[in-house]
Amino acid sequence: MKHFFASLTAVTWKDLAVEWRSREMLSAMLIFALLVLFIFNFALELDAVTRANVTAGVLWVTFTFAGTLGLNRSMAMEKDRGCLDGLLLAPVDRVAIYCGKALANLLLMLVVAAIVLPVYSILYNINLFQPGLVLVIVLGSIGYTAVGTLLASMAVQARTRDILLPILLFPVVLPLLVAAVKSSSALLQGYPLGESSGWINLLIVYDLIFIAVSLMVFDYVIEE
Amino acid sequence: MGMFKRLPIGLLLLTILSVVLLIAALGTVFLYAPVEATMGLVQKVFYFHVAHAWAGMLSFIVAAITGAVYLKMRDLRWDVASLASVELGMVLMLIAIVSGSIWAHAAWNTWWTWDPRLTTVTIMELLYAAYLMLRQGIAEPERRARFGAIYVIVAVLTVPLTFFSIRFYRTIHPVIIGDSDPSAAGAFDMTPRMLHTFFFSLITFSVIFATLFWYRLRLGLLAKRVSEKRMELED
Repeated sequence: MKHFFASLTAVTWKDLAVEWRSREMLSAMLIFALLVLFIFNFALELDAVTRANVTAGVLWVTFTFAGTLGLNRSMAMEKDRGCLDGLLLAPVDRVAIYCGKALANLLLMLVVAAIVLPVYSILYNINLFQPGLVLVIVLGSIGYTAVGTLLASMAVQARTRDILLPILLFPVVLPLLVAAVKSSSALLQGYPLGESSGWINLLIVYDLIFIAVSLMVFDYVIEE
Repeated sequence: MGMFKRLPIGLLLLTILSVVLLIAALGTVFLYAPVEATMGLVQKVFYFHVAHAWAGMLSFIVAAITGAVYLKMRDLRWDVASLASVELGMVLMLIAIVSGSIWAHAAWNTWWTWDPRLTTVTIMELLYAAYLMLRQGIAEPERRARFGAIYVIVAVLTVPLTFFSIRFYRTIHPVIIGDSDPSAAGAFDMTPRMLHTFFFSLITFSVIFATLFWYRLRLGLLAKRVSEKRMELED
């Protein structure tokens, strides 16, 4: 068990160190997220009345789109430079590799969220920093990166890998997005957290199911 | 009749049974079942609509089970079976969506609504279309089978979650089996004759599913043999 966590943190640490030195994923995700926000601003005419209804949706679409960029890159990086073979040669549990990658992706998504939220707050002069919303974003990101890391590790091994990940991922994360948008929206309209407990439960169930499935099947993804 | 000569006898019998059952089912729908009082003739879509949706669900479940068996046994024939049931399921579900749409146009006066069942089933079509795209992108048969099996398992798990997530929205789809919301538009109580017809349709389409599955499986196994022979020739 101790060995497992040591290899897990080693993989996460490796990913974060690479990212810290190149900053290619984070900068791409951030600029992309901000561009999506600006496009939404003009596409939806985000005046005060519209904003009240669509803020949650805009935020989650932004996170989802930016997230696919990061997930794709994080696995393609391993594949391109033969790093995956190196990782597989290392005498560690393969599930630890999955957990390490997923954890690094999760941290990256949370960093993007931590930058997008204040920017949105400043642009539209509303306060998005509520503990409830942070909880929803953390729960949503956990499920998203759990299933996203699994699907990305399959997508990068396919010929059509650049276009495949969103197609594989979006129909699978749809229930997660519905729950996340609905609970975020209720929180932003000033309802207490208990109001959306059904949605929060759905998020937790989703997270647990897909973490469990990913742990069970990841061995089969990278077995050669 | 030369094309039937090479069929396995079981498949031949199943084919004949399917045709007989389908004719009988059409007979019960149009001659035996009464015409529904408020909706009239269009209600008759219901029998085959639900039967297609049922057979479609059945094939997606079969796809997930055969996929899981493939991961355990590593015999590519299970992968052929999994692909066969996904393809069948997509066709059956598409027919269910279209027939439902025809009924909805008469009963709800719209072709489409964002109801949990409709939406879930359509998302399912997209899920399995993604499955086919994933397979298309991988040339190596063993890896294609592995990834396909993983995706088909992930896909089947999202279906109930998608359904429940959309169910929180108000629904107008009638629940004929189980507790019905009386405000659902187009709900009706089934008379015994309607119930007989309904179950007869379900049985008919389960048999038709089995027949089509067998054909598709046979085709897949033959295609696999052809590609293996070709590999042998190239070597």
